[in-house]
Amino acid sequence: MGELAGDKHVKYILCVEKKKDSFESVVMEHLRLNGAYWGLTTLDLLGKLDTVDSNEVVSWILQCQHESGGFGGNIGHDPHLLYTLSAVQVLALFDKLDVLDLNKVTDYIRSLQNEDGSFSGDVWGEVDTRFSYCAICCLAILKRLDLINVEKAVRYIVSCKTLDGGFGCTPGAESHAGQIFCCVGALAITGSLHHVDKDLLGWWLCERQVKSGGLNGRPEKLADVCYSWWVLSSLIMIDRVHWIDKEKLIKFILDCQDTENGGISDRPDDAVDVFHTYFGVAGLSLLEYPGVKAIDPAYALPVDVVNRIFFGRC
Amino acid sequence: MASLSSEGEDWRAWVPLSSRPEFAAVTPLPQDDGPSPVVAIAYRDDFRETMDYFRSLYSSRELSPRSLLLTSLAISFNPANYTVWHFRRQVLEALDADLNDELEFTERVAKGNAKNYQLWHHRRWVAEKLGSDAACGELEFTGKIFCLDAKNYHAWSHRQWVLHALGVWENELDYCTQLLEEDIFNNSAWNQRYFVITKSPLLGGLKAMRDSEVDYAIEAIGTNPENESPWRYLRGLYNDENDGWLNDARVPCACLRVLKAKRNLKFALSTLLDLVCLGFKPNQEIRDAITSLRTSHSGEVGSDSDLAKSICSILGHEDPMRANYWTWRSGRLPQAAEV
Repeated sequence: MGELAGDKHVKYILCVEKKKDSFESVVMEHLRLNGAYWGLTTLDLLGKLDTVDSNEVVSWILQCQHESGGFGGNIGHDPHLLYTLSAVQVLALFDKLDVLDLNKVTDYIRSLQNEDGSFSGDVWGEVDTRFSYCAICCLAILKRLDLINVEKAVRYIVSCKTLDGGFGCTPGAESHAGQIFCCVGALAITGSLHHVDKDLLGWWLCERQVKSGGLNGRPEKLADVCYSWWVLSSLIMIDRVHWIDKEKLIKFILDCQDTENGGISDRPDDAVDVFHTYFGVAGLSLLEYPGVKAIDPAYALPVDVVNRIFFGRC
Repeated sequence: MASLSSEGEDWRAWVPLSSRPEFAAVTPLPQDDGPSPVVAIAYRDDFRETMDYFRSLYSSRELSPRSLLLTSLAISFNPANYTVWHFRRQVLEALDADLNDELEFTERVAKGNAKNYQLWHHRRWVAEKLGSDAACGELEFTGKIFCLDAKNYHAWSHRQWVLHALGVWENELDYCTQLLEEDIFNNSAWNQRYFVITKSPLLGGLKAMRDSEVDYAIEAIGTNPENESPWRYLRGLYNDENDGWLNDARVPCACLRVLKAKRNLKFALSTLLDLVCLGFKPNQEIRDAITSLRTSHSGEVGSDSDLAKSICSILGHEDPMRANYWTWRSGRLPQAAEV
């Protein structure tokens, strides 16, 4: 089996940061804040966050904040819960949460909760359990969960449970590993995991491992490195991660590395990107791969960062 | 307002916005990426120019036909930008545009970007405004998407919304049957089937549908016992009603048929295991079939405890990737199965 080319991945991410013209063809201006979260968290997991000037990042993030209190994906873009969470997470990485006007951000998040407990992603009202997670994770990091109706939020998430023990984006929707992460994560953060049928969901999740050792997100779909995060983190939160073959999954992730130029792709021999580099490294972190810092499966932040937030220490 | 057909222009013959008369008075506004980009982006020149003009009109909130045109151009370059779609809706509302044209526009965008969240959200916004008149068209639209990718998560979500909000349930069970005929492994179609039988106001609900659906699932299992979806569907039909589940003789019979064929045993065995754990007493034929599958032990299976343990051990062999799971199952067999 190959090894994690950690230094190459650090170089790849820093390269993406510096070379404006050579970044992968994916058009990312509008979700640059998500990209910052993926890239910077990867750097932190690999012990290299100090290679980035935190003041510059923080001042840019603050410029992405809209007057409503929410954050856009970049300067001048409309606010959305997806980017608001990334902004809060990146500030947490740098231990700079104190730059936030707390009331402003939390008012924005609170304003997006609907009568049935669900959350809209922005003022346009798209509802999805992804946004429940964004809101709950954000408010928990900011220690303001009491501002929303947690009971209703939990009830809505539970209403999205499916016949196989998983969760979908809305009531009745198919189980999807990404949505399962969001729902299980939100339930974990709010201390509501008793609503999960852990054995049933655990079996469904471990059935996602296919012959190659990789994980897919739904039955009969292709394996993809990103599910190393969505599936694994969910399995850990419900204490069932030993049900999969960890060695085979580690091999699958390592096979998706570009060992020459750094970066990780969705499947072996595909083109690398920041998104999959993050999910690959985060997956290895959950698998306790040597040399990678531990990541918290619910908050999707390094464990030392989460400890600093909640216990005031690293 | 600008004719929407003008937006279907040939992108290959790009006319720079700076040389188009309608944009003569607009000063383009470049993106401010901050001093040292954390994640920088490579832009094509035509895309960069479009976005520079877009930012300019967006910053002044100009709700005009040329703004609509710019959003079309910007979406054609990058349909994932929330801000552009957001602005487009403001423009459409201000211009009181014909939303039937907007259906065509979203369908064009969907051709190359069927997995885009913003597109589907926008489509729902349009359909919601058009109301029940849009219902059949929306079902057709998602049907077209399923011809390309029958598991498109967004399209299924949209379809469920259409059924719920606009109430067009009449043909939905037949549609699920049709998709499952095309691909019996399509988990999305199985999920939709469950959605229909539990939610459709026309079918009487889960209990009314259960009997015929058990037959349907078992038939699918018969042809492909390795197919995870119908097994989970079958269990879902009895959801929390363990008594009904234990007393439906068709279920162990279906399992037995799979065991006898000695191929793709996993779900048949795990279903039997679940049943035994709930107190089901298998007949001699099932016991014999399980005995004949054992590799490491000799002799007949005695108690139900032995039986359940045997099933776990066979499963550990059959499904080595999840050996830990089957060992765990073996270690927590309930009292009922151990006596």
